[in-house]
Amino acid sequence: MPTSEDYKGQVPAWCPGCGNFNILSTVEEALVELGIEPREVLMVSGIGQSGKLPHYTKCHTFNGLHGRTLPVATAAKLANHSLHVIAVAGDGDCYGEGGNHFLHAIRRNPNITLLVHDNQIYGLTKGQASPTTAQGTHTKIQPYGVLEEPLNPLALAISQDCSFVARGFAGDPGYLKELMKAAISHKGFSLLDILQPCVTFNKINTFRWYRDRVYKLEEEYDPYNRLKAFERSLEWGDKIPNGIFYKNERETLEEGIPTIQEKPLVRQKFSIEDVKHEIDKFY
Amino acid sequence: MEYTLRVGGEAGQGLQTIGGALAQVFSKIGFHVFTHQDYMSRVRGGHNFYQIRFSEKEISASRDMVDILLALDLDTIEIHRKSVRDDGFILYDSEITKKKFEEPEFIDIPFKKIALDVGKKSVMANTVATGAALGILDLGLETFRNVLRKAFEKKGDEVIQGNIACAEAGYNYARKNCPRCEAPEIREPENRRLMLIDGVNAIGMGALMSGCKFYSGYPMTPSTGILNYMASRAEEYNLVVEQVEDEISAINMAIGASFAGVRAMTGTSGGGFALMVEGLSLAGMTETPIVIAEMQRPGPATGLPTRTEQADLLFVLYAAHGEFPRVIFEPGDPKQAFYLTNRAFELAEKYQIPVFIQSDQYLGDTEWTYEKFGLENIIYNDYRLREKDLEGVEVYKRFKYSSTGISLLAVPGEAGKHLVVADSDEHDEEGHIIEDSETRIKMVQKRMLKKLPLIKKEIEPPLLYGDSSPKIVLVGRGSTYGVIKEVVDTISKDHKVAMMHFSQVYPLPERDKFDYIELLENADLTICIENTATGQFAKLMRAETGFEFSHQILRYDGRPFTIENLKEELHAYI
Repeated sequence: MPTSEDYKGQVPAWCPGCGNFNILSTVEEALVELGIEPREVLMVSGIGQSGKLPHYTKCHTFNGLHGRTLPVATAAKLANHSLHVIAVAGDGDCYGEGGNHFLHAIRRNPNITLLVHDNQIYGLTKGQASPTTAQGTHTKIQPYGVLEEPLNPLALAISQDCSFVARGFAGDPGYLKELMKAAISHKGFSLLDILQPCVTFNKINTFRWYRDRVYKLEEEYDPYNRLKAFERSLEWGDKIPNGIFYKNERETLEEGIPTIQEKPLVRQKFSIEDVKHEIDKFY
Repeated sequence: MEYTLRVGGEAGQGLQTIGGALAQVFSKIGFHVFTHQDYMSRVRGGHNFYQIRFSEKEISASRDMVDILLALDLDTIEIHRKSVRDDGFILYDSEITKKKFEEPEFIDIPFKKIALDVGKKSVMANTVATGAALGILDLGLETFRNVLRKAFEKKGDEVIQGNIACAEAGYNYARKNCPRCEAPEIREPENRRLMLIDGVNAIGMGALMSGCKFYSGYPMTPSTGILNYMASRAEEYNLVVEQVEDEISAINMAIGASFAGVRAMTGTSGGGFALMVEGLSLAGMTETPIVIAEMQRPGPATGLPTRTEQADLLFVLYAAHGEFPRVIFEPGDPKQAFYLTNRAFELAEKYQIPVFIQSDQYLGDTEWTYEKFGLENIIYNDYRLREKDLEGVEVYKRFKYSSTGISLLAVPGEAGKHLVVADSDEHDEEGHIIEDSETRIKMVQKRMLKKLPLIKKEIEPPLLYGDSSPKIVLVGRGSTYGVIKEVVDTISKDHKVAMMHFSQVYPLPERDKFDYIELLENADLTICIENTATGQFAKLMRAETGFEFSHQILRYDGRPFTIENLKEELHAYI
């Protein structure tokens, strides 16, 4: 069985007090508690403070480009579906630059987990508005305040019948771990949007601000009711629900591809002998 | 003996069906065949044609003049009538064209009526027309019957018999109503059979036979053929083929699959490649092997979507930020496309770099005939390391420094206890982010400066065809190969002329195996022939070697060079 020690990676270079620290320790604990070995995990990330997370733990890592986390993660899963593939992204990364990939990953439904560090701000580039920044927020780039409606990732995902949609809060690591374990264990594309206050650049959505607002979805809440889930995903303001909003049991992308049912693509041996009769088709 | 047959009509009329069937018939009889297609960017209507040249000897290009014009509409007659030789024929159906022609070259064949009478379906008019063309040539119907049986295998016996009957009726009608066809000069070649393949299928098959297991792409003319090919073979050969949301995803997926341990490829055209540029740089930084087919069409922007050009060379060469090695191959014919795709995978995997197969619409769509490709020269070395291969390795470092710049390429999850870490940021030997200058310098040296000279050594010299110490050298790359070769054949009686063809264009080959620069310097006339407006290869040669061609012949109207047209252009210099 793996231990937390097995997952100990490099020393993080995040700001003191950053919400990312809790996400890091939570993901490691979740993997340990699920009995998953580092060698069975591939973390794929983009660019931003979130993108560095895989370096601070120990597992197979592909830290790619801004917004391109999901195509890399999806294809890696197709190449070797015996790996637990975890895509790590930020709100700008995933919902801005990578918005198109986000939509299509939901459609494809690969069995991967997407953790979005949602701090409603661009941290690494020093404080510009992100797709989830509240309307009216003033930044250096938005002197009249943000004009756009913030993107609602949960409502968007539910509207597209995403296989698993949840929201957690970095300030409540205990509950976050539960959600993370559920997301990783879920068969299908699982989105876990994590409210993760940026202590340096987001002066509005602070730990305190969230603590006053977040609450857990009721015990009797039924995550299989899509309409209800959609309704709850629209709640935002004085009360912000956390939990598993929506789940379904769709066929995964890998399950739909007959050629990888017997064994993962990566374990299939190649020999020219197996394909040489192809030439006769042109003869 | 050689014949050229052009089938013309609107998109959606079945030109490909007729042309494809005829090309198959000729190749199965044993003729050398060269086909090319000219089509508009629309699903129905417009004017398109499919041209088949066949001969007893090897051929490698298209001609302007035709012997038989098979017109499926009036436009075809109006557009192509002047291209028909004096002793040629125009086959048409006056009921379809609503116009009767009395000139001797016209043969009015009621394609539609025969189809309805004999096959009970007007759609079989195409089979009647194909049968009629074979009738004019007096080639017999046996091979065509077999082609029809195979084509309609899944549709059942009734459809097969109906089509065969239509073919026979068209054939007989043409024989009876073609007084000038009394003494056909065509003789069937001796019992032999040739394979018939076009550029896109050759690239696809090359990838398949190189162990490519993953292909991602977004449909874009003229690269879609490769995506179609790979998808059609997926089930039989256990491939994973993904149609993606955009080309950004296509290249990132290919990189993801390759990182995870399988050979991966993506394909697109210039506009799609513009979106892939960021991902190309990622492959360069993470040293992830990938093969990219870049099938050119005229730009800028949407350009001429279904036509041909070679104007992406410098774009592909300089695309992406930062410095990293890449290789660009430009095959001259489907056979080269097949073997070079295999070589592309070998080099991509060996050096952990992106390698391009750059071609264009012209070569992508043209079909050529060959003796069956031999597979003994197909290279397959598995450079990926799994558990057993790493037994002696205590600490695995994905980007470990080495004298060659090449580090061990382990398969994540299949490498025992070892972890594989890659980063788009500058990184240390383990793959983790760094910012110090010392590591940066070492990594640049590893990725770029150590690998590049080794890669350069692997590049084959250009092909010299014709006179071995020529006074005139016609230089080309990629798809101009066939036409230059035939032009050299036709003018070599009067001139000391040779073709120098580059299919491995970047890095340019070293001069130790064949000092091609010296050969060029010793010639009186060196003419670089390209489908670009600015002579991009000539620029590359000048930049890399200092050599300047004496002249250039450039075509940039979206059409390929033809034998007649290139000869005419050469008149200005020879």
